[in-house]
Amino acid sequence: MTLITEDLVEEHGINEEEYSFILKSLKREPTITELGIFSAMWSEHCSYKSSKFWLKQLPTENNFVIQGPGENAGVIDIGDGYAAIFKMESHNHPSFIEPYQGAATGVGGILRDVFTMGARPVALLNSLRFGDTSHEKTKHLLTGVVSGIGGYGNCMGIPTVGGEVEFNSSYNDNILVNAMCVGIAKTDKIFYSKASGVGNSVVYVGSKTGRDGIHGATMASAEFDENSEEKRPTVQVGDPFSEKLLLEACLELMKMDVIIAIQDMGAAGLTSSAVEMAGKGELGIELDLDKVPCREKNMSAYEIMLSESQERMLMIIEPKKEHIAKEVFDKWELDFSVIGKLTNTNKLVINHKKMTKAEIVLDILEKGAPSYKRPYSINKFSEEKIKNDKLIDKGPISILKDLIGSPNLCSRKWVWEQYDHMVMTDTILIPGGDSAIIRVHGTNKGLSITSDSTPRYCLSDPIEGGKQAVAEAWRNLIAVGSRPIAITDCMNFGNPEKEDIMGQFAGVVKGMIMSCNQLDFPVVSGNVSLYNETNGKGINPTPVIGGVGVIDNLDIFADHNFKRKDDVIFIIGKTDGHLPQSIYATELLNINTGLPPKVNLDEEKKNGLTIKSLIESSLVDTSHDISDGGILIALTEMAIKNNIGFDIETDIINSHRFLFGEDQGRYIISVKEKNLIKVKKILEESNVIYNIAGVTIDKIIKVNEEKIPIDEIKEIYENWFTKYLSK
Amino acid sequence: MKAAIIVFPGSNCDRDIAVSLKKISEIEPLMIWHKETCIPDCDIIVVPGGFSFGDYLRCGSMAANSPIMLDVIHKAKKGMPTIGICNGFQILTETGLLPGTLIKNDCLSFLCKTVSIKVENSNTKFSNLYSKNEVIDIPIAHNEGNFFADDSTLNKIKDNDQIVFKYCNNSGKTEKEFNPNGSIENIAGIINKDGNVLGMMPHPERATCQLSQLNDGERFFSSITESIL
Repeated sequence: MTLITEDLVEEHGINEEEYSFILKSLKREPTITELGIFSAMWSEHCSYKSSKFWLKQLPTENNFVIQGPGENAGVIDIGDGYAAIFKMESHNHPSFIEPYQGAATGVGGILRDVFTMGARPVALLNSLRFGDTSHEKTKHLLTGVVSGIGGYGNCMGIPTVGGEVEFNSSYNDNILVNAMCVGIAKTDKIFYSKASGVGNSVVYVGSKTGRDGIHGATMASAEFDENSEEKRPTVQVGDPFSEKLLLEACLELMKMDVIIAIQDMGAAGLTSSAVEMAGKGELGIELDLDKVPCREKNMSAYEIMLSESQERMLMIIEPKKEHIAKEVFDKWELDFSVIGKLTNTNKLVINHKKMTKAEIVLDILEKGAPSYKRPYSINKFSEEKIKNDKLIDKGPISILKDLIGSPNLCSRKWVWEQYDHMVMTDTILIPGGDSAIIRVHGTNKGLSITSDSTPRYCLSDPIEGGKQAVAEAWRNLIAVGSRPIAITDCMNFGNPEKEDIMGQFAGVVKGMIMSCNQLDFPVVSGNVSLYNETNGKGINPTPVIGGVGVIDNLDIFADHNFKRKDDVIFIIGKTDGHLPQSIYATELLNINTGLPPKVNLDEEKKNGLTIKSLIESSLVDTSHDISDGGILIALTEMAIKNNIGFDIETDIINSHRFLFGEDQGRYIISVKEKNLIKVKKILEESNVIYNIAGVTIDKIIKVNEEKIPIDEIKEIYENWFTKYLSK
Repeated sequence: MKAAIIVFPGSNCDRDIAVSLKKISEIEPLMIWHKETCIPDCDIIVVPGGFSFGDYLRCGSMAANSPIMLDVIHKAKKGMPTIGICNGFQILTETGLLPGTLIKNDCLSFLCKTVSIKVENSNTKFSNLYSKNEVIDIPIAHNEGNFFADDSTLNKIKDNDQIVFKYCNNSGKTEKEFNPNGSIENIAGIINKDGNVLGMMPHPERATCQLSQLNDGERFFSSITESIL
């Protein structure tokens, strides 16, 4: 018997108060296995103990939501009997320690969350954040993470269709790897994790259990220090081939009427799946660990319960139907083992080697889980204007060359060309635009998908930043002509025990609530990753928003590429020329002070819905939201693909503010001459502020009297990554 | 036209190719699990793309030794039209039905993009609706697509006019710089000497969509139906 010492309790991330609650509830000292189970279930990662109070306030419903937060993933109704099932999750800490495997298993985990609900995954996205490009680890982490994501998704045959990559020194020792997956199911064939039926079998399927990833959830809930790399053994190792087999086997079995409940073994492995499934069903669960297929000899109950070996699932099946399920898993050459049964005791009982290693009332683990309203203070920067004498004394085109070839604005092609973004042959809009579009297989309906966050806005003003993150995701979906439906969020923050960090979290959530409500854009799933700090320094607050929308008829949608010369270019929305917190200010002027642009949600909604109706009525087929870098960057992104440029005029005195300011709620559209009057009329009737900036032309980018061939810009735009990595 | 698609554990373009074949032939293709030993009556055998057996050991090597492959080899040697795309091409070289081998891309990473390929030989069952030297756009997605053959094998391939597709730029130039993966002579697809077994790295099944403006793959499938029926 392992002696439970104070040190051991502390090593398990359980504080004094929590431990005395455990003693009181159990009326005895916990066994080491029980201590491990409490540690995992009450880790920040599994229990949401610091964030629950705030997350509960987020809107989670609208007319399309079938399942909100609390399941493996969120579910929305996309019409015609189909549902989209999606979620985003972080794998930050493992990816910093071992980038390839950390990122790969992040993808594997989010895929399982989606197919465990009965959906075939149809798209993957990734929001990645690395340290400064000059940091010694950045290249290693970037190449490792990108190949890990590709290695897993490509092998699975699920297209990776979008995401983001940002470089910022706040992530130097704590990168962010957030993976999102979207799947499609029939609305009447959705599987949930709530166990039912006393006496039903608890079935383990998939890969064998090894010693990898033990206590990953606890690791993900602690700060890093210089010894973190010693934690490499807690990083799981991915096997996408096994996951592909598991996917096909599960989907095959789901066509038959066999599975009562199912959940993947993700963070905290067998512990969390067993506890959550039985807990949701208000039942008990008894497991015989001798029946768990193990990869290594002599694994203890503690190790088996806490292993985070990948590619495993737990299912509840009626005993008389076990043979049907076994046949399917035998075909796919995956392990299948009945490891326990449901009871009516409301207890988790773990037996191993003829001994009871754990016996805990489930309510203690679940309802007894700590929840803190931690002290917080929402701080924003003070308002500061950028005076004219601070602006760069160069023309717009030379600034454009600097910006478009900078790490945060250059093309991400080097990244997404390493991802199979076309497999399944339903990718209608490939990466590089505002949203990806995926056709619902065998129909003429599409899903628009995006992921986005602007951490520097959140740092300088958490509430506005939270508003903006949700609004920008909505805008990205509108820009392709889709109906935004709902979001998933991945909340990456520092140590919540610090008041200002907790304030960032609280502020961002408050901002998100405003946008979600106003835009009818609820949260259906998500993940929180706290303690993203190394040696006491936190990351920028990074709420990544994954948005999903619907295109009812794929004959009509828009993308961001100019298609013809002589189109008239409209800037939709009000341009004030807000420079503080813009890329122009932070990266070229090195000014990081001041407040971010404000999101006016009334304008946001009005502008967006008008753009959507212009696209739907086929008056506009080219549209792009104006975000990082402002108008000139957005226009240039529109020009490159088809080598169709633009000729625009600006007010000379304020040209930098106009071209590089990052005012919110804006889009650029290009309109055929013949539709001009109709478009103007609709904009005016809708009270949408717009101005006409110029026209599209062949092969040239021209601002006032300055010009440059697109080819030259394209060279700068597309080659940054290759040059950076070959240095 | 009845197609038989071989499905290995880890195949992931099996559904995609089935959709394209069904669209053109209006007959549901047969999906044949790798553990079968006999392929039922059909007009063409397709070995699809993906990561059969996880690409572990060596791309295509384990699949080439699956039970069904004995029958694939037997039928192909008797003249059955057979195509291998991407991982399928790798598998067919592993069985020896096609010469040469596919090694790691010279950029050392997975590469997914639409590339231009030039039709070098339009006189095959699989390319007869293209014209010779025509440039078509077809996506690639692979880690090991770098075709290699020793000099004597390569000479035979050339002498027999076995090169069907070569990587090129949009005006048909086949210089090295337009080669995405380092393939010898920019080879993207070859045929066996008898003209019934084709292997290619690009995915024609990914180029049959009007919506994404990629449809040069359609004539690949119609070439097959017209020449076989």
